[in-house]
Amino acid sequence: MTEQSEMIPTGDNRMLDEVHSDRKITWLEKALGTENYRIVKGLLKTPASVVGFILILIFVLIAIFAPVIMPPVDKDPYKMPRDGYSGEPKAPGAVWTRKVPDVPFWYEPLTGKTEMTHVLGTTQGQYDILYGIVWGTRTAFKTGLLVVAVTVTVGVVLGSIAAYYGGWVDNIIMRITDIFMTLPYIMMALIFSAVLTPILGRSLWPPLIAMISFGWMGYARVIRSDILSIKERDFVLAAKVSGVKKNRILFKHVLPNAIFPTLVLASLGIGDVVLGFAALSFLGIGTDVGYADWGQILSFARNWITNLDRYWYIVVFPGLTLTLFVMGWNLVGDAMRDILDPRMRGKS
Amino acid sequence: MTNYIIRRLLMVPLLLIGVTLIIFGMLQLLGPVERSALYVKDFPKNDKQIQGIITRYGLDEPFLKQYGIWLFGVKDPFSGKRDGGILFGDFGYSRTASQDVIDIVKNRFPNTVDLALWTIYPMLSVGVWLGVKAAVNQNKFIDQAARVYSIIGTSFPTFVFGLLLLMLLYAGPQWFLPGKMSDWVSKLVFSGELKQYTHLLSIDALLNLRFDIFVDALRHMVMPILTLSYINWATYVRVTRSSMLETLRMDYVTTARAKGLSEKTVINEHARPNAMLPIVTMAGSSIVGLLGGVVITETVFNYPGIGKAAADAAAQLDVVTVLGLAIFSGSILIVSNLVVDVIYAFIDPRVRLA
Repeated sequence: MTEQSEMIPTGDNRMLDEVHSDRKITWLEKALGTENYRIVKGLLKTPASVVGFILILIFVLIAIFAPVIMPPVDKDPYKMPRDGYSGEPKAPGAVWTRKVPDVPFWYEPLTGKTEMTHVLGTTQGQYDILYGIVWGTRTAFKTGLLVVAVTVTVGVVLGSIAAYYGGWVDNIIMRITDIFMTLPYIMMALIFSAVLTPILGRSLWPPLIAMISFGWMGYARVIRSDILSIKERDFVLAAKVSGVKKNRILFKHVLPNAIFPTLVLASLGIGDVVLGFAALSFLGIGTDVGYADWGQILSFARNWITNLDRYWYIVVFPGLTLTLFVMGWNLVGDAMRDILDPRMRGKS
Repeated sequence: MTNYIIRRLLMVPLLLIGVTLIIFGMLQLLGPVERSALYVKDFPKNDKQIQGIITRYGLDEPFLKQYGIWLFGVKDPFSGKRDGGILFGDFGYSRTASQDVIDIVKNRFPNTVDLALWTIYPMLSVGVWLGVKAAVNQNKFIDQAARVYSIIGTSFPTFVFGLLLLMLLYAGPQWFLPGKMSDWVSKLVFSGELKQYTHLLSIDALLNLRFDIFVDALRHMVMPILTLSYINWATYVRVTRSSMLETLRMDYVTTARAKGLSEKTVINEHARPNAMLPIVTMAGSSIVGLLGGVVITETVFNYPGIGKAAADAAAQLDVVTVLGLAIFSGSILIVSNLVVDVIYAFIDPRVRLA
């Protein structure tokens, strides 16, 4: 059935050589460990996840080179420059008259014009859509990385305490997790940000804190079940027998072996976080009006639904950006889920 | 079975306490003055009045005592009438909507139910159908198409999809409309000409034999139904496909084929019913999700349900309303989850006999 049983040497020594040469252990495999190496290799071999990686890479580049792609006008680059105060959106190609940024390097070769225009049009309040998309990419990565880092830390701490100490500790932590999981995520994040906004003021923080408060449960569950299975391995038993302290076993032996899948899953959670954050700003919660973030640009479209056929660009461009961003992470995440599926183990 | 149901029932009060504690904890982040908004309709005119309210409702008492007051309310020493108390349905007064929060619930919840009712069938049937088709034709064109679709489907943000629908189906052609009903229908409803038996507009229209109103109600619901189905289809396709693939590899399916049964019978009568168990679980939780308020979809289409009410109140930072609605939808979720679990126990012998 499996490759191995076919490869069992049957008196022919040439086969033996082949089997041995098959298993050359590279430096990467040494560094990551066999199981983790299998995950990384699987991700790089699946076409879907490669497309996903490329999409993510493009967004990373946009975020890094934002000041070159769209030179900032105001002191605070996240404040979208306003070309006037008229409510009505302007079509792509309209001339940029007020608060004009320096002409970026790509502009002349690509459009053949010398004076700056709104390449993707403006939305309500004359905010340039392209500027919002480019700088919004930075907002997306900022929020995504921060929320994921904190939720994973909270989840891993709670999950590993629950798994390692077991008994009533486990019971209490997991019941709290259950209660948090019954509540609908977007609704609770929305509500908590509404509570936090009067206290902290309008900024990125209320939605971020709200999303962290209601986003850690999945990680706690995953790390808990991974630790429970690692805990039964022989090397943990060996550590116990040789008298290593409980905390040291947890931090030095169990956690490093259990955490990799959680970390990979978490890094793919950035897509979901950005989606949630955009949804909250779409509903009117979060940053000040005019802050470069995708959800807010889209929320302006809510006032123009009767004329969306004429003002299609206020939905299509920012919507496409957000969709591609989320899709990049989902493509990689999907491949990841297949690889982590226990039924796939042993097949590379 | 009885054991399982009893154990499940015992969980309910625990969950309710947990959920109310979380929400009450959020409320405690505000100062006593802001929290006084829970109990009074008008802005107090002077500091003395505010102080009076704070002492009366114990807003500066320790956490647990306040929690008790919040749950059960306080008795008026003179009239003996109870005041406040979320357990008795008094969720506070909404300043932004100028009515009691419980009245918002009463007005809006039927609309959410109405929408959920019409979403269930398209959501389940199409997703499952496509998943089965994909599994039966594994690795052929329709399978690949379904897989690509399920990735794109999960990536499409709800509100972007909704705005695109509005752009294509409403802004130009006016085929389908946002909101809940046209003006002429709302006149009939408010004048009482349309008898409201259930408060679900589409059902009431049918009961009154007013098919023009029924069509109007549907025209307003098509876009939210499409959006909600669309975002769920992607997951249903994926789960149905993998469950069906697993079932098709079972020995009894081979036996059925070996007996010489037609492929159609094998798939429809032997494989599919057994592949449906994970779908039943998922269907339960998605229906529960629909009832708990679909914030984004309702907001995009201006559909006046619980979710839209919560979003509106949140955007105006009306904390009392928002938390009241949260308690309501949390309780709805807990109770309907219970119902789903019990139904599931009846269907699946593995749960029933455990």
